[in-house]
Amino acid sequence: MSLLGLHQPGASWLHRLPAAAKMLGLCLASIVVVALPGPWSGVGALLVALSLVVGSGTGLRVLFRTLRGLLLVVVLVAAYSAWQQGWARAVELTTDLVALVLLATVLTTTTPVDEVLDAVTRALGPLRRVGIDPERVGLAFALVLRAVPTTLDLARQTGDAARARGLERDPRARLVPLVIRSVAHARATGEALDARGIAD
Amino acid sequence: MSRLELRDVTVRLPTSDGDVPVLCSTTLTLTEQRIALVGANGSGKSTLARLLNGLVSATTGQVLVDGLDVAREGPAVRRRVAFCFTDPAAQLVMPTVVEDVALSLRRQHPDKAERRAAAVAVLGRFGLTELADRSVHALSGGQRQLLAIAGVLATDPDVLVADEPTTLLDLRNTRTIADLLFGLPQQLVLVTHDLDLALRCDRALLVDDGYVAADGPPVEVVGAYRSRA
Repeated sequence: MSLLGLHQPGASWLHRLPAAAKMLGLCLASIVVVALPGPWSGVGALLVALSLVVGSGTGLRVLFRTLRGLLLVVVLVAAYSAWQQGWARAVELTTDLVALVLLATVLTTTTPVDEVLDAVTRALGPLRRVGIDPERVGLAFALVLRAVPTTLDLARQTGDAARARGLERDPRARLVPLVIRSVAHARATGEALDARGIAD
Repeated sequence: MSRLELRDVTVRLPTSDGDVPVLCSTTLTLTEQRIALVGANGSGKSTLARLLNGLVSATTGQVLVDGLDVAREGPAVRRRVAFCFTDPAAQLVMPTVVEDVALSLRRQHPDKAERRAAAVAVLGRFGLTELADRSVHALSGGQRQLLAIAGVLATDPDVLVADEPTTLLDLRNTRTIADLLFGLPQQLVLVTHDLDLALRCDRALLVDDGYVAADGPPVEVVGAYRSRA
């Protein structure tokens, strides 16, 4: 099972921290990690992120299983940047990338989506005066978080379907149905929200 | 029971060959507690059901729920008429069971603790208490459909429209969901291919090629459907 986008109930200090504080922390960390140059800042961010993962009570084995899907992207980014800009840049980019994914995972595993929705709705409350509906924006946040495991699920199903037809090496047999099913799922979700009156 | 009315309703949907009628000049009044809609795939029965919640708009004619025009008073109608889809996966929006039910209750219970307590109470009514903190992705098909129904009934609507809610389920889960649906105090409009379920209703309608081809006691309507198949 993937941890991305999934809340894991627990009692760690990270679970007890308010959702707004964690979201603000993630925003600031993202800016700092990207702004600080050099490989050492990336390595430092990665160590901090790993310590937060441990602090959240998430088992490292489960975490590595979750991040396995990211491995290909990391390897490609590292290889390309090492070839184009040298090893120092490759280390900086990959450590920054993995650190930010880990920090986002800490947020989603320690925070119920309901709390994220409440925090976004509260934070955007003043924008109601200029015609922005905070509930809708909060719901959009919740749907994005939900989209991660859903899309991974769809990717696994389309991968299985491609394998069943002996097309596991054909990227079209995996990607085209995945895109079509993702769009269909998004439309169905929109319909379901309409039917439940949540978007009214 | 609520009064569900279709007044000379036609629905045309756009296709690559132009607008195609999927429901034609239909006039109906539904007041029975349990109403079955049967018919072949593509006959127009799901379109008819979707009209009642405003998911589909009438091209011409009028759809009324207790006198409320669905086209003009959609939010008020949706508070009265809940809709349950065939595939619950699309209907479950939040990551965990209790959060999904709580989403339906955000308006009634702005306070988070109250909302969670109300959601847990709803789960209790549907025998889902032990699954409260489980991921919706980790549920079986039957549990997902049960949760989808709990999610839409959390706000105590007057009517439940269920579009083939048992089609994806095995025999045991079909029985569980069917017993639940037929035990509800709400008015039920059930789109189904399961003729045993249709026979348990108070009234049945056979939809064929965009028209209501038979309307009456389920035994007669199911008989008419079988004779056409």
